[in-house]
Amino acid sequence: MYVAVKGGERAIESAHAWLAEERRGDTSISELGIPQIREQLKLSVDRVMAEGSLYDPDLAALAIKQSRGDLIEAIFLIRAYRTTLPRFGASSPVDTGAMSCDRRISATFKDLPGGQILGPTFDYTHRLLDFKLAAEGELPQAPTREATPGNVPHVTEFLNREGLIEEAPHDDTPPPDLTREPLEMPADRALRLQALTRADEGFTLGLAYSTQRGYGRNHAFVGELRIGAVAVEMDIPELGFAIEIGEITLTECETVNQFKGSKTEPPQFTRGYGLVFGQSERKAISMALVDRALRWEELGEDNVGAPAQDTEFVLYHADNIQATGFLEHIKLPHYVDFQSELELVRKLRREAGATETQEAAE
Amino acid sequence: MTDQAYNFAYLDEQTKRMIRRAILKGLAIPGYQVPFASREMPMPYGWGTGGVQVSAAVLTPDDTLKVIDQGADDTTNAVSIRTFFERTAGVKTTTRTTDASVIQTRHRIPEEPLTDNQILVYQVPIPEPLRFLEPRESETRKMHSLEEYGLMHVKLYEDISRHGHIATSYAYPVKIEGRYVMDPSPIPKFDNPKLGDMAAIQLFGAGREQRIYALPPYTQVVSLDFEDHPFEASKADHPCGLCDATDSYLDEVIIDDTGGRMFVCSDTDYCAARQAAGFKGKDAA
Amino acid sequence: MQAETLAGGFDTPAVQSAHAFRGLLEAMARPGTVRQIGGAAPPRPLSPAAGCALLTLCDTDTPVYLAGGADCDAVRAWLAFHTGAPLTGPSHCAFAIGRWEDLLPLSAYPTGTSEYPDRSATLIVDGTDFAKPGAVLRGPGISGQATMALPGIKAFQDNNALFPLGLDFIFAGGSRIAALPRSTKITAPATVTEVF
Repeated sequence: MYVAVKGGERAIESAHAWLAEERRGDTSISELGIPQIREQLKLSVDRVMAEGSLYDPDLAALAIKQSRGDLIEAIFLIRAYRTTLPRFGASSPVDTGAMSCDRRISATFKDLPGGQILGPTFDYTHRLLDFKLAAEGELPQAPTREATPGNVPHVTEFLNREGLIEEAPHDDTPPPDLTREPLEMPADRALRLQALTRADEGFTLGLAYSTQRGYGRNHAFVGELRIGAVAVEMDIPELGFAIEIGEITLTECETVNQFKGSKTEPPQFTRGYGLVFGQSERKAISMALVDRALRWEELGEDNVGAPAQDTEFVLYHADNIQATGFLEHIKLPHYVDFQSELELVRKLRREAGATETQEAAE
Repeated sequence: MTDQAYNFAYLDEQTKRMIRRAILKGLAIPGYQVPFASREMPMPYGWGTGGVQVSAAVLTPDDTLKVIDQGADDTTNAVSIRTFFERTAGVKTTTRTTDASVIQTRHRIPEEPLTDNQILVYQVPIPEPLRFLEPRESETRKMHSLEEYGLMHVKLYEDISRHGHIATSYAYPVKIEGRYVMDPSPIPKFDNPKLGDMAAIQLFGAGREQRIYALPPYTQVVSLDFEDHPFEASKADHPCGLCDATDSYLDEVIIDDTGGRMFVCSDTDYCAARQAAGFKGKDAA
Repeated sequence: MQAETLAGGFDTPAVQSAHAFRGLLEAMARPGTVRQIGGAAPPRPLSPAAGCALLTLCDTDTPVYLAGGADCDAVRAWLAFHTGAPLTGPSHCAFAIGRWEDLLPLSAYPTGTSEYPDRSATLIVDGTDFAKPGAVLRGPGISGQATMALPGIKAFQDNNALFPLGLDFIFAGGSRIAALPRSTKITAPATVTEVF
């Protein structure tokens, strides 16, 4: 005997209680604290801040704990929280030239003012599992030296001085706000960069990689990659000047790309740009490559039909919160639509069967 | 009880105003998709964020809310959304269609005819009826502006030549007041005839796709068809196994592993009300 | 700042604007019906209903055009304090408010574009006398036909002819509102001669 399925509410409550239990795991193992996640899983925290579009390491760490380490789920928690926050205003643009760099490398010049700073990187580590870490080994002492004072100039500025790279003219137009206005095509560069900086790291990486393999190739050199802290300033109308309200860590990547020149313009290099919250260099480099690929139209290049050149395709599919929500919604009940398809397929089969029988009889 | 940490119906007032303006424009241009700055909600995109934002913008504390998914009040996502509004808006909720002033739905229109004191809010996954023919928003927007719907007719006609029938059984496209072609959300085409000339206000919210559209009461809605292949609202050819209704849309339920199945109303309130009134189907206890 | 500026807003914005919006929603969805809305006490010459519509729909994102007598210091200050809406001329406004004769000509307002017909102005016609004889309305939101007091016939017929482009109207008077979307077809009542 069929009984209508009841008890959805109880099922949900029980499922969530079970989830909480699983989240904690074996209670004989000590529980993770927020500071531990913030300090020791910092790159996860950085990714959650970047794609969650909210710079708050403690909240990101909490989200990672709550989501059992599922970073897209953690990003979702941060996004849903962010949208409820009041807005007090907009900061002034940050000056990455004044960044106090932990890391700063250029692939285009062997040495340059400000120097190459390798910084805390996985580069050149041998990817051998370190069993000492499993045994909670002692921390080796990292050598230190005095920081060099003063600004670290951008590599592209050197090239700009010679006219070798396209101008990036100063523009005071307020950028559109992706989170407050519906996305609309055509999207200008400011809007594209805004979408890319919160775009899914994996999606951005895949697109960037595809340009390297010839799907909209633009031959990128990492002119410069820098990671460090910058001051955030905000104009206070009541005071009449800007004050520093905090400091954030950013990763910035500027690529120097090929450009053949045209009848009206001499050959010069072009730019791709990536800027991401936290230490997120894979994302920043990917972003710069995709940014450059999306600029084909303004640079008068051919559209070769590559996915990374297709603004509408990239921007409509780069957001992992939109993507994962819609993807996962297909596990919701679809009894009704499925039933209508069932009826239709049965009807078509019946009629096809009838035709065949009739043909056989004739 | 309302969760005091959040504003009435969760959304902040500025967001509600933005949604409310979009709803009014939607009502003024029936069937046209109004872009709106959909917010990130505390539930996933694709799970009713558009419907939830529209409901949040229209609810008052005096409302009685009903939430259904697949016609049922007790499906998990319906329960989750109903609980959300109980917590954040403190509104009364009901499972009775006739007692509700606002009904949020996914994939069904209730069997009970709605009245002019009711608002029906649809959750919409893909608001663009032309999307599966043309993936680019920039193109489909142009097609709507030029009233260029030939592609849709070609698609439906190709179905006929291949299968002998239009092979669209849900989310069946409709034309509104002779102007805009509209996606009625993935309701079965059985429900299409209820869309037109309805006494209630119908509002459609697509959160991820950032679109709102609307049908004022008594709007003319025509399901696309051809003279030689007129539109046909269809359902499983059985009476309900529990309440014996012959006029309701049915779910098919598999009851054993030897091919046994029964058909029951997808609208659980309609079925329960009929059973309470003494109607009894062949599978009823 | 004047006391009049600070006063006259919603006491409980979330709940009062929700009720006011339902009135506006019902009015726009059912042309020809008249609703009561309340909760606002704007400075003169605005009617309470018009003030209520402004508080419910306007904010920093919606440029507002104050027409004729509505364009006075008291209204400017009140609107700025309670909504933050920027003031503008008719050609760039999202909302316009004033008496019918002050709002004319209708050709001054944005009617939307063929791809975005929603990017059009909504005119709040204040000082409406709902008791005047009605024009005959047909179209979406109306079962059969309805009647409604309108300050003219041809202007609204011309507006309807632009569909899907066009302007939408909210009529306010005292504590009452009605609305006329661009989709409504209008004919003069048989017994009344057109005066406009």
